[in-house]
Amino acid sequence: MSFSGKNIRNGIYAAVAVCWIAAPVFLSNYQTDVLNNIAIYALLGLSLNIILGYGGMFHMGHAAFFAIGAYTTAIINTSYGIPVLWLLPLSGITAGVFALVVARPIIHLRGDYLLIVTIGMVEIVRIALVNNIFGITGGPNGIFGIASPQVFGHPINGIVSPGHYFYLLTAFLAFTIAVFYLLEHSRYGRALKYLCSDSIAAEGSGIDTSGYKLSAFVIGAFWAGMVGNLYAGKITFISPESFSFWESVVMFMIVILGGAGSIPGVLLGAILIIGLPEFFQELQQYRLLIFGIALVAMMIFRPQGILPPKPHTYPVDKLDEKEVTL
Amino acid sequence: MSLLRVENVVKYFGGLVAVDNVTFDVPDGGIFGLIGPNGAGKTTVFNLITGNYKLDKGRIVFRDMDITGMLTHRVVALGIARTFQNIRLFSNMSVLENVLAGYHCRMTSGAVAAMLRLPNQRAEERRAVGRAMAELHFTGLGSQAENLAKNLSYGNQRLLEISRALASDPGLIILDEPAGGMNEHETTALVDLILRIRNRGITVMLIEHDMSLVMRACEHIVVLEHGKKIAEGTPEVIKSDPKVIEAYLGSEDDDI
Repeated sequence: MSFSGKNIRNGIYAAVAVCWIAAPVFLSNYQTDVLNNIAIYALLGLSLNIILGYGGMFHMGHAAFFAIGAYTTAIINTSYGIPVLWLLPLSGITAGVFALVVARPIIHLRGDYLLIVTIGMVEIVRIALVNNIFGITGGPNGIFGIASPQVFGHPINGIVSPGHYFYLLTAFLAFTIAVFYLLEHSRYGRALKYLCSDSIAAEGSGIDTSGYKLSAFVIGAFWAGMVGNLYAGKITFISPESFSFWESVVMFMIVILGGAGSIPGVLLGAILIIGLPEFFQELQQYRLLIFGIALVAMMIFRPQGILPPKPHTYPVDKLDEKEVTL
Repeated sequence: MSLLRVENVVKYFGGLVAVDNVTFDVPDGGIFGLIGPNGAGKTTVFNLITGNYKLDKGRIVFRDMDITGMLTHRVVALGIARTFQNIRLFSNMSVLENVLAGYHCRMTSGAVAAMLRLPNQRAEERRAVGRAMAELHFTGLGSQAENLAKNLSYGNQRLLEISRALASDPGLIILDEPAGGMNEHETTALVDLILRIRNRGITVMLIEHDMSLVMRACEHIVVLEHGKKIAEGTPEVIKSDPKVIEAYLGSEDDDI
């Protein structure tokens, strides 16, 4: 069975990966920058997918975690001159700690209730940034002059040479995909899927549902915080506008449209939602209209998303008889 | 020695007393039945034991440990597993993954170990799959491992719930109407399965409407009516208890 569905699928993934990596060679700087945006949103989508896709929690405030990561990097880099990439883990940690504190009291909320509270959360964060909270966020103007990341002493400027930044983002994206794939097919990933499917049955099977919900928020926020770091390093200037409620909606749509709980689905969702509008620039004013119609149609005809998750197969045949014991 | 002790347990739903000062002991190693007419409070008692409901008064002791008010997943980790009356499977996941849910509390690898694919984590995954397959063979679902849970027949879905509960290595397994919706043939197979579970050293607690099943399988029975315990004893004692007969068939006076 050399042409099984799985092999064909893997072939397609490999072809897409090769095209993606080779793309900047053939594209203009502007077009490469679009790819960079796709990569950023793909990363954000993947991090939201932990919470929304596997865990099934309607979280529409993901931009808040993204913002906290970006501002952590911006503030510390501009004040103390610590290189941007060194701040990558710290940006993740601040966002993760924020998620731990904020998500804890709301974790038991279900469905639309959680949705509304998380919308409130992202708005509060944005307004706090606008109001120059603690006098360190620069208010509505934001923070200028963030350094570009350096790799082995070479600065990688996201504005002047998006082609170089592309490979930085792609490397992080590849790492993220690998790590999240392993997470999805582990005890941890399964626990999130159980509680998404039926939280009472999950709890009754011995799964600490509130603990897992909270940790999903923390991991998703940690990753979004790291993406915030790469984003701040890319555009070197951040302001509260970049982290509005609308950004959260875009991330939410990427996951739902592409396929909640599916890594290929989220990647496709990012390509479609961030990339496609670039092709329809002539249509300008009709863009959102078409977008809206497409979303409504999707929700009616394919609510599970374009590429829903495939069932995982376990190596049952490879087990020895003596491993199958009570 | 009793494995589980339910002591003076009271549960209100609003003004209604769902469970009214119920006390009983589940002996270690047998098959224990909890029966009673509809609305007698049987499932409520189960939900109190497993921590799904908070009790208003009384206490519950398992293996000399007070588990009153403990969170459900902690109760499972201590060794009380359950099935649900209205089947609750993870319907879009495979049969094998459903059983792995039960073994979850016997595993330790977390998110970081998974992301780094540590050798311990991989060995543990392999062990878990082996154990889950063994549980599926035990209940006779071995050939269905790769199927989605929702595609199983009704009877097999009940068996899958039992497999999932067994995978958590329980000392006590609570089966809530396991024969519901089963035909006579399947019920006979179920009795055989329950006996085999007991022979593994697991105490079985059974809620059941099907009196023939209860009388065939159980060694000790408690009867509830309107939230109160009205009788307790061996099947022979219960069968001839006038209060039980009245509860199930109505007293002669009611017919007039």
